[in-house]
Amino acid sequence: MSERLDQLYRDVIMEHYKFPRGSKDIENADMDNQGQNPACGDEIEVKVKLEGDRVKDVSVSCMGCAISVASGSMLAEVIEGKTLAEVKKIAKVVKALVKGEELPEDIDIHELGDIEVLQGVRKFPVRVKCALLSWTTLVDAIDSFEAGTTTELNISTTEEGHANHNHAH
Amino acid sequence: MSVKADSKKEKTDRCCDGPCDLDVAKIRADFPILSRQVNGKRLIYLDSAATTQKPESVIRAITEYYSLHNANVHRGIHTLADEATTAYENTRHKIAAFINSDYEEIVYTRNATEALNTIAFSYGRAHLKPGDRIVITQMEHHANLVPWIMLSKETGAELAYIPITDDGYLDLSHIGEIINSKTKIVSLTHMSNVLGTINPVEEIAELAHKAGAVIVLDAAQSVPHLAVDVKALNIDFMAFSAHKMLGPTGLGILYGRRELLNDLQPFEFGGEMIRKVTFDDVTWNDLPYKFEAGTPHIAGAYAFGPAIDYLNELGMDNIRAHEIELTRYTLNRLAELDFIKVYGPTDPNHRGGAVTFNDVNIHPHDLATFLDTQGIAVRAGHHCAQPLHRLLGTVATTRASFYMYNTKSEVDLLTEALKESRRYFGYV
Repeated sequence: MSERLDQLYRDVIMEHYKFPRGSKDIENADMDNQGQNPACGDEIEVKVKLEGDRVKDVSVSCMGCAISVASGSMLAEVIEGKTLAEVKKIAKVVKALVKGEELPEDIDIHELGDIEVLQGVRKFPVRVKCALLSWTTLVDAIDSFEAGTTTELNISTTEEGHANHNHAH
Repeated sequence: MSVKADSKKEKTDRCCDGPCDLDVAKIRADFPILSRQVNGKRLIYLDSAATTQKPESVIRAITEYYSLHNANVHRGIHTLADEATTAYENTRHKIAAFINSDYEEIVYTRNATEALNTIAFSYGRAHLKPGDRIVITQMEHHANLVPWIMLSKETGAELAYIPITDDGYLDLSHIGEIINSKTKIVSLTHMSNVLGTINPVEEIAELAHKAGAVIVLDAAQSVPHLAVDVKALNIDFMAFSAHKMLGPTGLGILYGRRELLNDLQPFEFGGEMIRKVTFDDVTWNDLPYKFEAGTPHIAGAYAFGPAIDYLNELGMDNIRAHEIELTRYTLNRLAELDFIKVYGPTDPNHRGGAVTFNDVNIHPHDLATFLDTQGIAVRAGHHCAQPLHRLLGTVATTRASFYMYNTKSEVDLLTEALKESRRYFGYV
């Protein structure tokens, strides 16, 4: 079998796919956002419960392929206990990682659990959206959560052109 | 070009043991792309329902047009303009003969989607009022769904659906109530791009006409694969695409009955489609030009000519027979695999050669990525039919779709690759 394929479907990915973390639903979530991959119809719902500005609990429910489910599972694993600012930074790292772009220097990729293996997606450009579905859904959720709490952030969010998908189900 | 089988010749890569009379090895040699390698393997192209591959004659025609005849149509006096216009109109005649219409009834569009939008927003806007009804089916491609949703919202006409049965046919048990006296437009697919189902168009056309409605046919999947006669089907409008029948992308066809097209207001305005323009008013050009605003895809029409010639030379009945046999073979091979669920009718005579299936464990995306590394091109996703997929209880499926160049040995390779994927993803 091709090495390129083996890099994509590492054992770690398949393990996350078959036993996804964060699959237990959480109640009274502070953020709840659904994302769709319009190219394939895959659907995901990400919920986050906060304690202060740190993530206390995450639930990821994904009807999707191995790559999108595994990426969502890693998301659930890695963002627990992180601040929202840290979460957004990790999301940027994941994006750079799967697109093969330069990673920020102040991040040690080895501290982000299994996320490193997502770089196998690089060789499959059509699958990049799968790997990023949970992360963009989460970042959208954080952006609208923050926009909803302070007017100033709302303005800056609009300027950045971020879409708010919260009401677009 | 002679692509019919020589009965005395040994047919090594012959498609089928059925009544089909095609020499597939010879056909394959006409398609340059079929000899390329993908990921180190011979390409097995099973995505013709998305777009078909092109024979050498069509590819050559594109170059020929730009090398020898390039000019704008209907506007020039010079020789090139005359040649371009003649070729552009010759293809229109070929298309008309191909579906048994008159050439004035053939309108060039960008694609089948634009043809359907033209019908919805030219005919629909002019004829619908609140309380009227548009009837479509639950198995429509978004191209024959979204325009009607938008038209319904705009006009206040209600949208009603003909449901489907569990085995993938239209459920006609309540058709008399669905196509009621308020119905003004009935629009349906001739052949489902997901289920493969061939719908009973004549029967539905009769009901539509009795109710005083017009019937629109989305024939994007049928015209390429079986003989379609608009008069025998008794339909009013029809849409299809050149690129799904060996032709270039960027060219669609709108067929409309002459009386209907004559009454219709154009949908797009500009050059080419007018006869006389003053600062205050315009007079539309004759059919079909009043619907062809702006410079059209002349090279596309030029190259679509040899595509139709190719189909005619093979014979649509031969192509259909080949695909029935290939579909029968595929359904039988897939039935051997207990981990594969197939959607749509099981009788190959009632369906086209688009076979949609799912592995019970492996997501279609992962499966398609795996198959791609084996050189096998299939489609994975919702195939632009999200509501239908919701009915099927899934967000995505895998589809293998055939044309005259596909063989049973390719189906065998697909079957083996499906087994191999189980091992690869750890389900065996």
